[in-house]
Amino acid sequence: MLTSLTGAIESGLLYALMALGVFITFRILDFPDLTVDGSFTTGAAIGAVMTVNGTAPWIAVICAFAGGALAGICTGLLHTKGKINGLLSGIIMMIALYSINLRILGKPNVSLRNMDNFFDHISVMIIMVIIAIAVKILLDLFFKTDIGLSLRATGDNARMIRSFGANTDMTTIFGVALSNALVATSGALVAQYQKFADNNMGIGMIVIGLASVIIGEAIFGARSIFRATLAVVLGSIIYRIIYALALRIEWLEASDMKLITAIIIIFALVVPSTRRLFKQKSVARKRTAEMLASMEKAQSGGTR
Amino acid sequence: MLEISNVSKLFNPGTLDEKTALVGAKLFMKPADFVTVIGSNGAGKSTLMNIISGVMKPDAGEVKIDNSNVSALSEHQRSRWIGRVFQDPMAGTAPRMTIEENMAIAYSRGKSRGFSFGATRAKRTIFKQELQRLGIGLENRLNAKVGLLSGGERQALSLLMATFTRPQILLLDEHTAALDPARAELITSLTESIVREMKLTTLMVTHNMEQAIRLGNRLIMMDKGRIILDVPEERKKDLTVEQLLGEFERISGKKLADDRIVLG
Repeated sequence: MLTSLTGAIESGLLYALMALGVFITFRILDFPDLTVDGSFTTGAAIGAVMTVNGTAPWIAVICAFAGGALAGICTGLLHTKGKINGLLSGIIMMIALYSINLRILGKPNVSLRNMDNFFDHISVMIIMVIIAIAVKILLDLFFKTDIGLSLRATGDNARMIRSFGANTDMTTIFGVALSNALVATSGALVAQYQKFADNNMGIGMIVIGLASVIIGEAIFGARSIFRATLAVVLGSIIYRIIYALALRIEWLEASDMKLITAIIIIFALVVPSTRRLFKQKSVARKRTAEMLASMEKAQSGGTR
Repeated sequence: MLEISNVSKLFNPGTLDEKTALVGAKLFMKPADFVTVIGSNGAGKSTLMNIISGVMKPDAGEVKIDNSNVSALSEHQRSRWIGRVFQDPMAGTAPRMTIEENMAIAYSRGKSRGFSFGATRAKRTIFKQELQRLGIGLENRLNAKVGLLSGGERQALSLLMATFTRPQILLLDEHTAALDPARAELITSLTESIVREMKLTTLMVTHNMEQAIRLGNRLIMMDKGRIILDVPEERKKDLTVEQLLGEFERISGKKLADDRIVLG
């Protein structure tokens, strides 16, 4: 139980970078970017192939970051310059990347056994805690800079930020690129961790990222950027713990996990909005009752 | 300062819904001119604003700011010279960001945005000073999310954000129309004092006849994409709402039809 808990926290931290990437597009830019499913594998493929060819793993991971950024730039260009609907441009890139990833890998999966590894001579837990916190803090700081502010405003009120001189096409492309760079880095790290890269490993990644963002927000809140990014990292860890627990249930198979993830997201999205609706209704009922009561009082006062 | 020459704009060209928004519109504004714009529905007032700010490109004609032709520049490039307040109080600010962050965005108008912090201590002092000008206590709420402010407060903030960096030109697009009378009055008086103090070249669209006459040093009237009347300062001083409506009927041959008109 304890080993599976450590394992869950480790993968939670590994996937936290991916979740932060999804957070940037989904929450900050308000752009549901499905490139993630492809760019996660792109990162893993670049990292794995470079490692196999003798590059130092940490350099391979940095190259994966750049590869993800490139994929994000393509999606951003399709959406802003090509005027293609946001969801569709992500889907197009996801499909294109499927072929590109196979080209990079050369075969459906590449093993990293007996190779130099990013996590050699170091505890996965320690290094991943450091990386996840460092990325979180760097993002927090970035979102306070002039560029970061205009990126946030692009997702919040694009018309307004244009009237103050920001090129929203550029901020969108930049944001999507940054997002996919983080996703690809996460993919490269996961490949190093599990010691293989597989052309299908990115499938369903966007949903896992969304689940992490939503679980984190539901539990820890997202009042400020600092809180929101923290919530995403913790949400990713909690998602992995739920995953580990679900795997211990006898009649569930590992392949059922995508269905469970979908159900978690549906719950996380539906429950808060229904709760809000119920609350509003009960407040409205109370207020009406108060108003009626005060009217009756005024009337009885009038007859006196 | 601002020169619009022979600007024309068609919507849905070549279809059954073709509509002339502007035909050969001409307007010249001197520095510190404050021009109010009135007109019937679909007269082309908003299109004029959108063409000046670069949201739309004209089919013909050109826009000059400070004697340089800006027709080819996009909206965000022109924002260096142009501050704008929209009718919708929600349109001019970013709701999920704080007052100070919104001010920092406005502060970067015309500057290239880099990786330096948006709200530094030095800037915060400036923001506070500027916010005090509004007199509604926003200077004490720098870290409040703008989405928590009322419509009037948000519009006051929008007005300040559009002006405190002293752009060459200020465009006000019915910016008091969506507010209740008390708030509208506050925004109107703020507009008056800010424009006067900063000597901004201002173009203001309004549905309030009384406001159109009271504010500014010049008044233009639009109908069917044309500027049909241009009232200079000397005549504007003694103008009444009745005269203005009469004038409109005389020139256009119909009553001023505007479903949101406020006579004052």
